[in-house]
Amino acid sequence: MAIVLACHKGIGPTVTGTALVAEDNFSARYDLDRIKGVFSRPAHKLYGQSYVGKVLVLVTAKGGVASAWMLSEMAARGLAPKAILLDRANTILAQGAAFAKLALVDRFERGAPTSLIGTGDELLVEPAQGRVTILNRD
Amino acid sequence: MRLTEEESAMLAGGLGPVRQWAVRHQIAVGEFFDAPDLVPVAQAHVMADTESLGHSGVSWLEGLAAAAEPERRVRIPTITDPRGLDFASYKRLGQTDAMASLEARATAAFEALGVLMTNTCINYQTVLPPVRGEHLAMGDTGVVIYANSVQGARSNFEGGPSALAAGLTGRTPRYGYHLDAHRAGTLHFALDCRPHDLADWGALGGIVGRAANSYWQVPVISGLGRAPTSDELKHFGAALASFGSVALFHLPGITPEAPTLADAFHGRPAPAPVRIAQADLEAFYAAYAAPGDKVDVVVFAAPQLSLLEMSRVAGLLDGRRVHPATALVVATSPEIKFAADRMGLTARIEAAGGIVAAGVCFYQSYAREMAEANGWQRLLTNSAKLVNIIAGYGYRPTLASMERCIDGAVAGRIV
Repeated sequence: MAIVLACHKGIGPTVTGTALVAEDNFSARYDLDRIKGVFSRPAHKLYGQSYVGKVLVLVTAKGGVASAWMLSEMAARGLAPKAILLDRANTILAQGAAFAKLALVDRFERGAPTSLIGTGDELLVEPAQGRVTILNRD
Repeated sequence: MRLTEEESAMLAGGLGPVRQWAVRHQIAVGEFFDAPDLVPVAQAHVMADTESLGHSGVSWLEGLAAAAEPERRVRIPTITDPRGLDFASYKRLGQTDAMASLEARATAAFEALGVLMTNTCINYQTVLPPVRGEHLAMGDTGVVIYANSVQGARSNFEGGPSALAAGLTGRTPRYGYHLDAHRAGTLHFALDCRPHDLADWGALGGIVGRAANSYWQVPVISGLGRAPTSDELKHFGAALASFGSVALFHLPGITPEAPTLADAFHGRPAPAPVRIAQADLEAFYAAYAAPGDKVDVVVFAAPQLSLLEMSRVAGLLDGRRVHPATALVVATSPEIKFAADRMGLTARIEAAGGIVAAGVCFYQSYAREMAEANGWQRLLTNSAKLVNIIAGYGYRPTLASMERCIDGAVAGRIV
């Protein structure tokens, strides 16, 4: 029996993917090498790791407004994450996800998703239902 | 969301596909944040440098620009944040003709949409200052936090697509900082130190931002001792927004929504303050210190410089020469650049070996490619915002006062 996590209704399509989790934040401009598809800010807890095709599970969105364009541009080049799960999104990530048609959810009923989901978990993300399912755990 | 008759017509496509895209986008964002409706806004400010847009973003803009003219023109004054490239200085900064070509395409598309190419992140100082209570759709986090906090206007961080959508519909979803409920202070800080230099104000913003660490926190800072200048608040706010994703702060007795500490918290008891001492400022600088290191590039930007900052840079460079192995870049708005040209400030900075770039802000200008083209690693700046951003582009940043940055530019090393 999989674990079902309820969250606020989100943005974007239903997707499945592998979780990449960190107690850190997200900014496409500040944190990423968008050409190589890796976290590039040395102070980031996912420094050096690829985010491409992953379901990123982080705390919140940080930094500037550029992510609103960059998510779409990353998706157009096939170098985007599959979905982003946050404890609390800021406006830019919501706007960027809406523009890029990228799955984004936040405000989980049982607390921060970084405490509920582990790296490597297989997830089903259903933004329209406000639901994330951990497929590989009971 | 409740829609007016006109908004419903936009959604149905009755005002053309461009406005239909815009209102659809706004409804998707508004529903995510439980917005009850759309609120009319007086201005939109679009962040859309070509590094962020990429080829796909520019092509998308060109698609909007190809619509029939009555269907594509913005409905409210819509202005732009710094661009990816300054056509007058890009070759000196190691940027390429391909970047310039993409920039020209983006500019043509925006102009076809009726957007005014102000290319500035200090529009609150140079274009049309926001007014208390005015609803806006501002891009650039530094612009939003200044307009909300210092001027009492109401805006969320509006990314490029959303700000452009606001320009096209004349509205934005009513959530976040458009609502009274989100504008009350949530955190309290008290100063036991006196920031002097602009870099000190940036460092203070960085310290508060790291502690706040959320778009939804509203820090209140008491004990300033005097009213800061516009440039000091510019650096403070830009760093606070950059380090903490914060969009609103209150300074009791100074900013318009906080005549008193009690007002800052909307009448609720103020929490016990987190105290900030001189040692905290010193520790902030120390985290970026690299005494004696060779300096590759000194940058004054983020935010763009006011005319008074331009004058200070020129004065500090008079009679001196930037080290031949070091570059010095100064970024300002096109309007301030015209004024600096007219007043001889640009000539004084460039006579000393500096480069004055207009309509850009360094980090939005292909910073990684500039580093690779010029062999830049160690970057010295008085902008706390820039030290926070630029490490992700492969730079090793150091924060120092404007005076020490100029000394470093002349010596070619951190002094």
